Amino acid sequence: MTKFRINGRSVVVDAEDDTPLLWVIRDVIGLTGTKFGCGIGMCGACTVHVGGRPTRSCITPVGSVADTEITTIEGLDPQGRHPLQKAWVDLQVPQCGYCQSGQIMQAAILLKDFPTPTDQDIDAVMTGNLCRCMTYARIRKAIKQAATELRKEAANG
Amino acid sequence: MAKRILISVVALGVLGILGFAGLAWQPAIAPIAPSAPGGFAPALVAKGEALSGGGFCAECHTVKGGQQFAGGYAMATPFGVIYSSNITPDPETGIGTWSEAAFARAVREGVTRRGSLLFPALPYDHFTKLSDGDVKALYAYFMTRTPVHASNRGNTIPFPFNIRYLQAGWRLLFFRSGRFEPDAHKSAEWNRGAYLAEGLSHCSACHTPRNLLGAEKAGDAYAGAAIDNWIAPPLTAANPTPAPWTQDELFNYLRNGVSTLHGSATGPMAPVVRGLSTLPEEDVRALATYFADIGHVADRAAFDSVIARAMSYGSLDAVGTRRHDADARLYTAACASCHYNSGLAPLAVRPDLTLNSALNLPEPTNFIQVVLRGIDAKAGIPGVVMPGFGGALSDADIARIAAYLRRTRTHLPPWPDLESRITAARRLIVASP
Repeated sequence: MTKFRINGRSVVVDAEDDTPLLWVIRDVIGLTGTKFGCGIGMCGACTVHVGGRPTRSCITPVGSVADTEITTIEGLDPQGRHPLQKAWVDLQVPQCGYCQSGQIMQAAILLKDFPTPTDQDIDAVMTGNLCRCMTYARIRKAIKQAATELRKEAANG
Repeated sequence: MAKRILISVVALGVLGILGFAGLAWQPAIAPIAPSAPGGFAPALVAKGEALSGGGFCAECHTVKGGQQFAGGYAMATPFGVIYSSNITPDPETGIGTWSEAAFARAVREGVTRRGSLLFPALPYDHFTKLSDGDVKALYAYFMTRTPVHASNRGNTIPFPFNIRYLQAGWRLLFFRSGRFEPDAHKSAEWNRGAYLAEGLSHCSACHTPRNLLGAEKAGDAYAGAAIDNWIAPPLTAANPTPAPWTQDELFNYLRNGVSTLHGSATGPMAPVVRGLSTLPEEDVRALATYFADIGHVADRAAFDSVIARAMSYGSLDAVGTRRHDADARLYTAACASCHYNSGLAPLAVRPDLTLNSALNLPEPTNFIQVVLRGIDAKAGIPGVVMPGFGGALSDADIARIAAYLRRTRTHLPPWPDLESRITAARRLIVASP
């Protein structure tokens, strides 16, 4: 039994401690926005936030996240209107879309850590998130657009 | 003449045996009727609780998932496995019939109520420094815990080390009974830190290497040692981290589980941070003051250049020639999303690997352990996890990442035999997770 909060609500899940968090999120809790990609933490499709940090849920045992705050793509913004999500729609970033929730979750923390990200920052932090449709150029553009909006929001209080 | 010599030799032998028996023999202390929990002042119990945390009592006197302080925790020593004892106030299997004098003697002298000699797995060589007031508070705390009926488990110490009387020899050689004596040349804060470090928190029990008989080497205090398949790094000026352990860095590490310029407290150090959390902040500051002095931090050069060097590496992995270096790609894909930093200084939430303690130690032990096991939410940065890559990356891939970081981030010699050491570490984790 592991207890944690996910997207603001408390859950207690009955799963072995070594069950990957991703399985619990998708199969037990039923939030399927987070995707399974490689299963070895090397593609980023399963990225969620644990304690406000980007975390590859496919290699994170559920026992290790007891009493944490977890956010998935469903909880990033109540209306799905996070500046990144808006930029994603605006620039029509996804192609097949499979990796995109992981991309957005990783990018959300990138913008917290580096509010004015350079190309180098984006490349370094986002390299662990693969996109087989090669939407990288649009991802980078959308991150910069969202960064601008976030800075505007911050300036306007 | 020959007869006289023989008589002298025999007499000396008898005297020696009698003397040793005198050392080994300790009287039993009469049992008391189990005390009512209400008999202790709540403030005293609360003080004892804080001290118990700072002495990590629960850590060794509780099995994983078991009832607190009921004992049975296995301590692997070079001599065999020692199981900790039940220190709940159960009259039959715990310490319910122990008077305060008996408790104090056990904690400070390593002698049970009945008079048998304890193995120094109980760090009485440190606890002997505890003040009367602190022992009183600890007694009040333990006697007010819920009694748990749990018999102590037999140790697996082989003959002849299992002979308790022989502990008298160990004590004669290595144990000096006596309370903490403050150093008049140092500040009150330093002395408080020294009292905690040398006594209650027994830091050198892990951070000082031990001799063949399992005693801390007096001349090598805090020189670093192996403990439970991890390395307890040196706390002296010999500590190899690029940035010095300043008082602030030590405080953050001990209080919050993470130091921006050194990394996270994990492995056997994680319960230390949890234990210290029961002590007031000024006690942890005092520990930081003490260890900043032990580490001669004042003598170390300014470290702005060290940070600047660390910050210059982020740009090298994903761009330039390393774009085509397979090792760099592996590191960037697996690690950089969390560990990359840019700007003037690393972020505390992005543990910088150039500055990290594990990367700069002579042995790759800690680096391998962290990569294989990860760090759960209760260790290191609270509420944040690092997933373990043990089930994800091959030994060869982890070895490549380790070698790459060592090669590009430090001026230290490469770690030899990385892959076989990772294989060995993985086997141990499977054997005892």
